[in-house]
Amino acid sequence: MSTIFDRHVTVSDGCLLPKQDVPEQGLKKLIPSSLQRSSPPRIPQLSEPELARHYTRLSKLNYGIDDGLYPLGSCTMKYNPKVNEDLARLPGFALAHPKAEEGLVQGSLHLLYEVSHILSRMAGLDAVTLQPAAGAHGELTGMFLLRRYFEKRGEPQRKRILLPDSAHGTNPASANTAGFSVVQLPSNEKGMVDLAALKGELDSNLAGIMLTVPNTLGIFEEEILSVTELVHEAGGLCYFDGANLNAFLGRARPGDMGADVFHFNFHKTLSTPHGGGGPGAGPVAVSGKLSDLLPVPRIKKEGEKYRLDWDFPDSIGSMHPFYGNFGVLLKAYVYVLLLGDAGLRAVSENAVLNANYLQTRLKETFTLPYDRLCKHEFVLSGAEIGPGIKTLDIAKRLIDYGFHPPTIYFPLIVQEALMIEPTECEGRDTLDRFVEAMERIAAEAGETPEQLHTAPQRAPVHRLDETRAARQPVLTYPFDAER
Amino acid sequence: MNYPSEFRYTKEHEWVKLEGNRAKMGITDHAQAELGDIVFIELPTVGLEIKKGDNLATVESVKAAGEVYAPISGKVIEVNTELESSPEIINSSPHNDGWIAVLEITDPSAADDLLDVASYEQYLSAE
Amino acid sequence: MQYVTNTKKDREQMLAALGLNSIEGLFSDIPRPIKEKFQGLELSEKSELEVVSALKRLEAQNANWENMTSFLGGGIYDHYIPSIVSHLISRSEFYTAYTPYQPEISQGTLTAMFEFQTMICELTGMEIANASLYDGATALAEAVIMAERIVGMGRMAVARSLVPDFRRVLDTYCGAAGIDVVEVPYTGRGQLDLRAIPADISALAIQSPNAFGVIEDPTQLDLGDGLLIVVANPISLGILAPPGELGADVVVGEGQPLGLPASFGGPLLGFFATHRRWLRKVPGRISGRTVDRDGKEGYVMAFQTREQHIRRERATSNICTNSALCALAATIYIASLGAEGLGELARLNLEKAHYLADRICSLPGYKLAFQAPFFNEFTIHVPVDPHRIRDSLKQAGFLVTDPGELEALGMQEALRFAVTEKRTREQLDSLVEKLGGIK
Repeated sequence: MSTIFDRHVTVSDGCLLPKQDVPEQGLKKLIPSSLQRSSPPRIPQLSEPELARHYTRLSKLNYGIDDGLYPLGSCTMKYNPKVNEDLARLPGFALAHPKAEEGLVQGSLHLLYEVSHILSRMAGLDAVTLQPAAGAHGELTGMFLLRRYFEKRGEPQRKRILLPDSAHGTNPASANTAGFSVVQLPSNEKGMVDLAALKGELDSNLAGIMLTVPNTLGIFEEEILSVTELVHEAGGLCYFDGANLNAFLGRARPGDMGADVFHFNFHKTLSTPHGGGGPGAGPVAVSGKLSDLLPVPRIKKEGEKYRLDWDFPDSIGSMHPFYGNFGVLLKAYVYVLLLGDAGLRAVSENAVLNANYLQTRLKETFTLPYDRLCKHEFVLSGAEIGPGIKTLDIAKRLIDYGFHPPTIYFPLIVQEALMIEPTECEGRDTLDRFVEAMERIAAEAGETPEQLHTAPQRAPVHRLDETRAARQPVLTYPFDAER
Repeated sequence: MNYPSEFRYTKEHEWVKLEGNRAKMGITDHAQAELGDIVFIELPTVGLEIKKGDNLATVESVKAAGEVYAPISGKVIEVNTELESSPEIINSSPHNDGWIAVLEITDPSAADDLLDVASYEQYLSAE
Repeated sequence: MQYVTNTKKDREQMLAALGLNSIEGLFSDIPRPIKEKFQGLELSEKSELEVVSALKRLEAQNANWENMTSFLGGGIYDHYIPSIVSHLISRSEFYTAYTPYQPEISQGTLTAMFEFQTMICELTGMEIANASLYDGATALAEAVIMAERIVGMGRMAVARSLVPDFRRVLDTYCGAAGIDVVEVPYTGRGQLDLRAIPADISALAIQSPNAFGVIEDPTQLDLGDGLLIVVANPISLGILAPPGELGADVVVGEGQPLGLPASFGGPLLGFFATHRRWLRKVPGRISGRTVDRDGKEGYVMAFQTREQHIRRERATSNICTNSALCALAATIYIASLGAEGLGELARLNLEKAHYLADRICSLPGYKLAFQAPFFNEFTIHVPVDPHRIRDSLKQAGFLVTDPGELEALGMQEALRFAVTEKRTREQLDSLVEKLGGIK
């Protein structure tokens, strides 16, 4: 792929920048020479047409939701409404400086206040921070809250966090960053938390449990109320990872399941775009016992005025330099207003219907290790579908059929996992075409396995050599190398 | 692959070759095959005192990071620095040139707790 | 609901295929007590038109920024953003894509990440950079955590002249990670007090230009094993020496000035650059060049074994989603300027800021708080209550940062002004005129 560094430098005549309109004193006088740049950065300047073509060409090498089905399990790649993008760019919002006086940004503060209120109701919990910039950042915030909670209670020894073996990798990473030790809980044969194993881990060093509901197999923990009750009785707290909220939107609330902390993933549940890896937003809702510990500043309403409230002496501090990813929060707000309660309920209805429909159809061809009612996603195994065929091969072959592959090799408790989440946005026709492609791939796996091993054939590049990328790292443009 | 009969093995797939109070060790052919193309190794520092079961090194492939545990307690007296620039030697020669470290051990009888080749091969086939 | 494609008939047929006779059957596994407690938001479905109107009404509660002249700074600056930036990042192949786990159909994102990494290295003078973090403040916190893993002293030092928004986040992370934070005072020139740097630290974090706008000179620092972390303003690096050439071990910063709107403080863009030898300690995504099976050049996410989805609790960071689209905007912004344009942009900022500073200092009682070099932001010692000045300026449509922020850093009776290329001479002159009238 050619980069802009491969392009000829095509300098337009500098009309991008305004002319200097003040008397110049010169760099020499203003900056000591030892602190001046001695040689320019090696960055080409492209004319606007060249720039437009380069990035338009790059964009065509990508696959986005607008290109087709994106069934990444637990990533919930749903459609991103276009109106969100327009409204986030309204100049009154886009140009608001975070340090502008409160009186000048009442609209922004009002919006944030409303978002907090909505999220708190959606979670069935008492208070919300909007600061976390992504789901994993929300997890970290949650872990910092737990740490502070036990310090305040004089129980700093509570340092053990229980995690089901089906947990997402960010969970243990977040717990560890906050100084907790991670204890893995095995799943039972139904793919749920093993209550006996849980009981064996309850002691006075327990800080809590991190759960994903429904779990990463797409299964709702039927014993969820017993799980949270046991943890609470042992003096621990219950952290809920909100990655899978799409499964019960408009029908159930984590607070009613016993959650003390719950983080949202806006790009998963509330339709904000993922942007090829961010920006996201990962607000955190908490139960009353944790609300005074939330990050500052918080947004407060006094009469008809909105203001920033810094007066929470027990707060963990700040997770974000300002108030969170405002532009992302706004898009989610727009989405919730458009949908209302009925629309939110339609989300979970169609998401779960689509997932069960796909599960039922695909289990005729592929192994379904946990065969039961699923929620928004389910996990197949790609093992033994053909000689020497791995799940990776199936995934790559799907690209040739015009689909983005599902999440693969996760959760770790399923061998050769294919984790499929269609979301509410897909229609039955698309699902049927996907089933057809999967069935054809299964047939090819037996008949023409080479077609899978060499897939994708119809992508801008063929399978890339990741070993080479690790052994001979090239992480910046090799200006000095012979090309 | 042939598992040398003079080696001892662990269930974590390390091998040990005893030479008096020196214990040369590495990872088994099975371990390297499971990891795939090895792209990096983090070696211990010479002089490190280590207990059996402690983390001694980390080997990485593209999609996995595997911990290497000390098969026996001792002090690290040599490490295979060749692996730093050519970690793929572990793939091509896990039991010879791909050795990882030499430990100085005080109690050679501690190796008696480890698996002999027959037990290790049996363990592999059961796994 | 307009984002659902299934029709009522589709749903009925699909339910039948599942052997269910109602939608409720799909949720039979959620325990009844949970479902019974459910309460909705009490919001009815709305049309797009109604929601657009509602948002415009909220927007109108903010000031009309067209009537305001901003001298606000402290990390977030009012730079001009060329139209092409938002047009290109609005291509849905970019903004509706996921993290590039499937490189064969993500070469657009991966190539742009590689370009971004290269540009950040060129600007900062470091060998490697990641593909972005959430924002400058968390990038600094991640740098300190990395330094602690490398050096392991259990404490770090931070310049008092770090902007407070960064400092709060840093303190929060360090507190939870068990790293002690020692503050290093500033001198009468507003620069780091080199005599007051503690020994046995994992890192020293400084910002240049700092919270007063003053440019630091780190060349005389000796931290022993400790790492020097420099928080840099990327636009200033168009003319200022890359921190990597001045001894920095990690360079981080806020990328908002590179083509992102202020957006009330988010989304932002953290950048992170360091030495190649710490590649495996770096947090976040990194794009690397390789070839496909036919030898064709391409890019992949490299060194994923550092990351949470493989290393779990032993990962270098828990970060996964970062600021990819913001990094793309920054990449396009930088490419639209090129090296020459960046230099010219930086000089415009520098000269305009100095012009304004000189004009303000010609007013009786006003003087620069520090006799030290500055870039596009400076601190002025004022002869009247700065809060009163701020209020009067606001009435006239001029925005400056709350003097309380400087007071918290030990600077009384002072105001800070940031000047970008967007400020015209006319605006600068009228600010001075207004200031002169405040008694």
